Amino acid sequence: MGELKLMKGNEAVAEAAIRAGADGYFGYPITPQSEIMEYLMTEKPYETTGMVVLQAESEVAAINMVYGGAACGRMVMTSSSSPGISLKMEGISYLAGAELPAVIVNVVRGGPGLGTIQPSQSDYFQATKGGGHGDYRMYVLAPASVQEMSDFVKIGFEMAFKYLNPVMILSDGAIGQMMEKVVLFDPIPRRTPEEIEKQCPWATTGKNANRKHNVITSLLLDSHEQEQHVFKLRDKYERMQKEDVKFEKIQCDDAEFLFVAYGSSARICQKAVDIARAQGIKVGLFRPITLFPFPSEELLKLSSQIKGILSVEMSLGQMIEDIKLAVECKIPVNHFGRTGGVIHSPGEVFEALKSTYLGG
Amino acid sequence: MDIKDIIKPENIVYQKTKLFTEKPLSYCPGCGHGTAHRMLLEVLEEMNIQDKTVGIAPVGCSVLAYEFLDIDMQQAAHGRAPAVATAVKRLMPDKFVFTYQGDGDLAAIGTAETIHACNRGENFTMIFINNGIYGMTGGQMAPTTLPGMRASTCPFGRDTEIMGNPLKITELLAQLPGVYYVTRQAVHTPNAVRKTKKALRIAFENQKLKKGISFVEIVSNCNSGWKMTPNQSNKWMEDNMFPFYPLGDIKVPQLEKV
Repeated sequence: MGELKLMKGNEAVAEAAIRAGADGYFGYPITPQSEIMEYLMTEKPYETTGMVVLQAESEVAAINMVYGGAACGRMVMTSSSSPGISLKMEGISYLAGAELPAVIVNVVRGGPGLGTIQPSQSDYFQATKGGGHGDYRMYVLAPASVQEMSDFVKIGFEMAFKYLNPVMILSDGAIGQMMEKVVLFDPIPRRTPEEIEKQCPWATTGKNANRKHNVITSLLLDSHEQEQHVFKLRDKYERMQKEDVKFEKIQCDDAEFLFVAYGSSARICQKAVDIARAQGIKVGLFRPITLFPFPSEELLKLSSQIKGILSVEMSLGQMIEDIKLAVECKIPVNHFGRTGGVIHSPGEVFEALKSTYLGG
Repeated sequence: MDIKDIIKPENIVYQKTKLFTEKPLSYCPGCGHGTAHRMLLEVLEEMNIQDKTVGIAPVGCSVLAYEFLDIDMQQAAHGRAPAVATAVKRLMPDKFVFTYQGDGDLAAIGTAETIHACNRGENFTMIFINNGIYGMTGGQMAPTTLPGMRASTCPFGRDTEIMGNPLKITELLAQLPGVYYVTRQAVHTPNAVRKTKKALRIAFENQKLKKGISFVEIVSNCNSGWKMTPNQSNKWMEDNMFPFYPLGDIKVPQLEKV
């Protein structure tokens, strides 16, 4: 059993990075996630585990530092919030193209533009459909607690190295800022340079006589080669769909109606389920934990017993498109959610369910 | 006598350096990139640090540098090589790290990454090829295009009133405390080539001593982009580029002490 602590979600991310044996963090301040770098700079892991922590001149520089570190086979990560993540998208596309492992944390705030510093879930499209240019996806984890902020850093690195693909932890300002109990996992030692070369024979660690020079690039000028490369990426995404879909079902067994929600919204919906159940309405909560790959198969299975789904998101409705695709339009799917940094209450969610499916 | 009688070890006066791959260079005949590559590789070979070196290629004509240099290489997004190199060096401080960038990459889109890596005093070597034009994309105006110089996006010559002035990024970087050594060289004559090689050697020796950024600008021709023959372009470079970008050392620590 690991150490029990009371922490902010952002602090849990930072502590988990050190404990996961990360080699480097590169970031740029932006609210509501600046505690991640502040915590790291206070903990000074460069004096203990040897982890590099650097404040870059911009989000653009930070993600390219991540590219450079990942290309050396190192466990590297960055974090930001929505406007900063938009800036990182070029680098994320390069990471995906060059098949590099990295963890990127997005503590989402309301937008578009500079928007607000309050929590939102309006970056779902950006996170799950690639975000930058080109045919690619990120593996996207959506934590709903401070505990998961910690755990998903570790899982994120595992997935990043399993698939050699960027992983995004799609959080939001509420999860990042709130304090909860968290059981921290036991520290894992950083890999030695020898272990890294063994695990990542593709890494640019200096060419030796036993191998050809290693090159990390996303450039394939021949369009047929580029097509083959994209097919290879597609195969990875299909493998993610088969092997690493994560979700949680809460009171779904006898449910007639379903909330589908992730992150903060899932926490709110859990309360709304309780309110509904207290009034005898059989509602369940389906919580996608991986937003890509989306738990489509499980949702389709569940839909045979369901009369209607309410997709509850802190946005105008983005995940609802994936839900509709998942249930193949066999049952009604509607959206409810506040946006622009406003958080819906459990009562509002319950009223939305009633007005949508139970005639008010 | 046929060719086999001539190609004998005792007759060799010049050969491909070991650190070039077998891939034919993709640069236009007459371009300075090939010579700049060769000088870099000769230095790495003489220092015997091939197995300890990681290079960062830019976007531009030398985007494919990794195909020619038998060195572990990364290809960076446009302008981001100094940020990429920052992480490589910090995560593997015992390796030798260099960036190789053109003027558009280093002094336009990547200005922030260039200035901040230099200002932090990152301990790697920066090689800057300045030919005053975007060669790869077909000869558009660069941040270092001279006043009055023609390019496809300033077909009547660079009008500084409209297009702004050329950026002397090298002089600018020399002001920063994190930058240890700054020099401007060329590769158009045997003498210039020798000086460039010497500068590159100093730059990598400085890295061994953990001195911060060593910055080697190489003013080069772009005969294709300038629409000239190689010889014309070298002459034009001497007459026009060198007065604006004078060759020689710009920041040498030993001189500063005097």
